[in-house]
Amino acid sequence: MTLGKEELGSGERDAADDYVPSQRRRDRERYKRARARRATAIGALSTLVTAVVLYLVVVSAPGWPRTKETFFDPGYAREALPKVLEGLWLNVRLLLICGAAVLVLGMLIAVARTLRGPVFFPLRFLAAAYTDFFRGLPLIINLMIVVLGVPALRLQGVTVDPVLLGGTALTLTYSAYVAEVFRAGIESVHPSQRAAARSLGLSNRQALRYVVLPQAVRRQVPPLLNDLVSLQKDTGLVSIGGAVDAVRAADIIVGRSLNYTPYIVAGLVFVALTIPMTRFTDWVTARMDRRQAQGGAI
Amino acid sequence: MSGTPVLRMESVRKTFGGSVVLRDVALEVAPHTVTALIGASGSGKSTLLRCANLLEEIDDGAIWLDDEEITDPRADQDAVRRRIGVVFQAYNLFPHMSVLDNITLAPRRVHGVPRAEAEARARELLERLGLGGKAGEYPDRLSGGQQQRVAIVRALAVRPRLLLLDEITAALDPELVGEVLTVVRDLKDEGMTMVLATHEMAFAREVADQVCFLEGGVVLERGTAEQVFGDPRQERTRRFLRRIVEAGRL
Repeated sequence: MTLGKEELGSGERDAADDYVPSQRRRDRERYKRARARRATAIGALSTLVTAVVLYLVVVSAPGWPRTKETFFDPGYAREALPKVLEGLWLNVRLLLICGAAVLVLGMLIAVARTLRGPVFFPLRFLAAAYTDFFRGLPLIINLMIVVLGVPALRLQGVTVDPVLLGGTALTLTYSAYVAEVFRAGIESVHPSQRAAARSLGLSNRQALRYVVLPQAVRRQVPPLLNDLVSLQKDTGLVSIGGAVDAVRAADIIVGRSLNYTPYIVAGLVFVALTIPMTRFTDWVTARMDRRQAQGGAI
Repeated sequence: MSGTPVLRMESVRKTFGGSVVLRDVALEVAPHTVTALIGASGSGKSTLLRCANLLEEIDDGAIWLDDEEITDPRADQDAVRRRIGVVFQAYNLFPHMSVLDNITLAPRRVHGVPRAEAEARARELLERLGLGGKAGEYPDRLSGGQQQRVAIVRALAVRPRLLLLDEITAALDPELVGEVLTVVRDLKDEGMTMVLATHEMAFAREVADQVCFLEGGVVLERGTAEQVFGDPRQERTRRFLRRIVEAGRL
């Protein structure tokens, strides 16, 4: 074989026989390459046109000069960035700690809902009531009740730290979401898997632990990461209790300067934090698909 | 046939919703014998096997495994299942585990066999069934025949007293049926007690010591393979076998 992989374009290096790509194959690959180049060119052109049109529409708007001053002031942006980043560290810590707590609590609730037998009725009932309640309760109201209501009780030994309380409220709501994701995963594992596990002599709990849950969790990785990205943004809401996170840091400068640029900075910083997470989600999903699916052209 | 039966059923009744799936079923399986359950789809063969393994709860009657009544509500169901191996029509391998992990899961987690020992036995069984190189593969990388042989190894790995085979070749391409049936034949030669539901009549005739013909949840005819296939007593058995012959399956 004389042609390497690169020269052949797509397709794998063939085994060590005397295979020489036919004229037909080379024609086909030349055509595919030409088509790919054309697609790239069209994509670039249409992106450029769209960007120019958008730019002209925004810039020609009657209020643009004023908007530019209030929302896109480089001076305020420079002032806000370090403060916002400082605040962001709090968001990141909240995400890590709440994320871990949510995964554990959500899993416990989901498993509690799948338990069979009369002994577990109260547990099942509580788990169902919990998910129903906290999925329905708006997060912002939950936060206000916990962050503002709990300190008002003046209980001995209970924290009044808005970060801890805010984190608790986030965990309460997101555990309900994540519990439903896990439960859907558990129910999506075919009953025959359980039957196979039980027929091998595994107890109900062993079947759940070794056969059902591993498959359920694997399938639910994309929606779980989706919820985590969402949690990451909602950590910004703990600022309603006065904790200085990225949003609150921007808020402080806005209050002083009456210029909204710091909000834009905070928003962009959140987006910048979310993008790697989203890409990570895509990567994990693609990797799982590759492992489970057996090729195919579509 | 001599000695205490490995499996005994008496007056077993099973209903799903309103329909009676098994009616007054009696069965006796002697040690080291093969029993074939034949009959049309929906005649109750699979349900009978699932009841024997307690995957379904029977409505009436009783089932004994080695003289212990396993349908007694006080019986330890997990302990019963530990002594019975099952191979399913759709293989039911665990897709998230390698072949080796599929096979060693029950020996390690249920029987407490150390990993090295469990893996050694698994590899030995795989080798014997012609799957020597497949220990590290995942089930979806194997052909149907290979998957089904892995499922057989998985069932054998816990050294069951009784093996239940539920139409294990029904989902296989014709050219893969042979490789699975060869395994069953070898198991019979080694003295494994088996009950198999099957549509492979020629195979049932060859390998079974006892044949049960089921229709509408009733064991219509029970006898040696020679008798049931060669000289069926019941008109309906004869009709069923005639249809099979016409379909070219016997």
